Amino acid sequence: MKIDIILSGVGGQGIVSIAATIGMAAIGENLNLKQSEVHGMSQRGGAVQSNLRLSDREIMSDLVPSGEADLILSVEPMESLRYLPLLSEKGWLVTNTTPFVNIPNYPDIEEIMKEIRAIPNHVAIDADKVAKDIGSPRSSNMVMLGAASPFINLPFERFEEGIRRIFNRKGEEIVDANLKALHAGREFAQNRK
Amino acid sequence: MSKLLLLGDEAIAQGGLDAGISGIYAYPGTPSTEIMEYVQMSKMAEERNVFRRWSVNEKTAMEAALGMSYAGKRSMVCMKHVGLNVAADPFMNAAITGVNGGMVVVVADDPSMHSSQNEQDSRFYGKFALVPVLEPSSQQEAYDMALSGFDLSEKYGVPVMLRLTTRLAHSRSGVAKGKAREQNNLKLPEDPRQFVLLPAIARKRYKILLSNQDGLELESDKSDFNRYLPGEDKSVGFIACGLAWNYLLENFRDTPLKNPVLKVCQYPLPRKLVEKIASDCDELLVLEDGYPLVEEALKGFLERGIKVKGRLDGTLPRDGELNPDHVARAVGLQVKAGKDIPSVVANRPPAMCKGCSHIDVYNALLEALEKYSKGRVFSDIGCYTLGALEPFNAINSCVDMGASVTMAKGAADAGLFPSVAVIGDSTYTHSGITGLLDCVNDRSPVTVIISDNLTTGMTGGQQSSATGRIADICRGVGVEPEHVKLINPLKKHHGENTDIIKKELQYEGVSVIIAQRECIQTAMRRKKGNKSKQ
Repeated sequence: MKIDIILSGVGGQGIVSIAATIGMAAIGENLNLKQSEVHGMSQRGGAVQSNLRLSDREIMSDLVPSGEADLILSVEPMESLRYLPLLSEKGWLVTNTTPFVNIPNYPDIEEIMKEIRAIPNHVAIDADKVAKDIGSPRSSNMVMLGAASPFINLPFERFEEGIRRIFNRKGEEIVDANLKALHAGREFAQNRK
Repeated sequence: MSKLLLLGDEAIAQGGLDAGISGIYAYPGTPSTEIMEYVQMSKMAEERNVFRRWSVNEKTAMEAALGMSYAGKRSMVCMKHVGLNVAADPFMNAAITGVNGGMVVVVADDPSMHSSQNEQDSRFYGKFALVPVLEPSSQQEAYDMALSGFDLSEKYGVPVMLRLTTRLAHSRSGVAKGKAREQNNLKLPEDPRQFVLLPAIARKRYKILLSNQDGLELESDKSDFNRYLPGEDKSVGFIACGLAWNYLLENFRDTPLKNPVLKVCQYPLPRKLVEKIASDCDELLVLEDGYPLVEEALKGFLERGIKVKGRLDGTLPRDGELNPDHVARAVGLQVKAGKDIPSVVANRPPAMCKGCSHIDVYNALLEALEKYSKGRVFSDIGCYTLGALEPFNAINSCVDMGASVTMAKGAADAGLFPSVAVIGDSTYTHSGITGLLDCVNDRSPVTVIISDNLTTGMTGGQQSSATGRIADICRGVGVEPEHVKLINPLKKHHGENTDIIKKELQYEGVSVIIAQRECIQTAMRRKKGNKSKQ
């Protein structure tokens, strides 16, 4: 069993918290794990991605080879398309639809959505809106993780555990907000799967 | 014992701690920064009172590490690849003096230049200095090599280089930790002149280093990090160095690998193992992340031996980071191709943060320079280098740490007036001060803007070595006090800041403008921290 995930977004959007939560979930299942991160210059508002690989066998490469990613999980719509060469034929693309506009030539969002809809296995969710609607506007990343969770072959409780462990030191209120976000995202995706 | 989930950088740090280091020295630089940061956060380091503060630059770090080794204790020194250029003098000579306590030099290379101005391969420095080089292929090996690096260093009395690349430095995986060793006791070298590199002594020391080479080669042949895997398809043998080993095996996850493979993760090259694979196979394919060091060595200038393929003959790309796809193509496998990136996707380069003080500095500088022709601003290494991009297009150079000041001086010497340098506070203390002294000594007409955000920003906000003392240092170097100006780079001061810069641009001597405002990232973090404490 192997799960190869590309997490993508813009520097500062906090994709590392998603990676850490999935990582925790994988460790709970005794899986091997390799997770690359971006540090340094590209972090400053540039395109960032993280390769996250889970397997019950030894994982060799820290990088996901082309055409082998099972999932692209993107917290920004344009960034979800940047890594398409890595997505496998049967892979899923799960993306937030709220654009992060920090460049003058950001394309027309409709053009971007057209490309996303052209991917047969996709879930497009306005995670910012969902997070706001459930009263925890800062947990859109966990909404995204929830929306991607049906495509990551791990028991759902593991994600809940992961959130508890990652956010534990920030207090119960934050843990609950993130758990709520996780559930809201999952519900959205399951209705569309 | 359960495994620790560590970045390659962190695995090295933990390995160093478990090897019994008494100190770690470093200057921040991507992708090496997290080694020191891990030790600084480590409870074990605190309990053991391991020295763990940032140095002013890589040269001072290397020298301090050598001093700790002189005193008999184990030391680690960490830097990015270009940092080793700064520290090259003590590095090369530490190979000649040799060490007393073990010393491991960790260098993190950045092929594909994710956050760097070149992609030089530090293994060449290791070969140049005639010291062993360890190149981990996994986080576990990174940990193990930190330990065995100290063994090797103390056995042969030489510094040992541990070289990794960005991909491993910044990738996390499970690491099994071993037992922690005690630190060494304070013990000075038996030969009191070992470290005195007067020519007569240096010649002797150099002969000792040379005489160790056979032993080091033998160590590589015996090393657990190097391995020969026989195979029945002898038409071509693969030599896979460091991370390339992973990329090779990745491609044979579901298909059997029939060719002989030599895994090389310890240098000098293991002579017997290389001879074995060369005599077993018709051709060799060398896979390495970095420059074609092994390939070139095996190929030879005259190319009269066995046929060697790799980066030099186009089997692999000549530049850039290696990846599993490159290796797949090189060994003749199909690469699964996903969809192309749609043309609608625009580039998203990094940019200065909203509210960053450098932005206000550039806005004022650009306006002050309006009446002059373009091409007068020499800059440096840091977040402010992003001033080269739209919408600023504000700078004309970025070469190496401190070069802004000295290049502005050289251009001024050539007759360019005004000539401007833009440098950050940490870069200024790293390598700008000596250049400023050159300017003062020659009374060169330069305007040096020190964009002082009170931190080492680009690498994530580490302590900057002279926070609060920058103006004193400039005056101490000899800049006339009336030409050391302090400005507050805020939008509301734009007019007065522009006027001050305009005036100093016209001054035909050395002037320094210190534009001081805290980095927006560290300021936000401080605020958050204060809030959570309340």
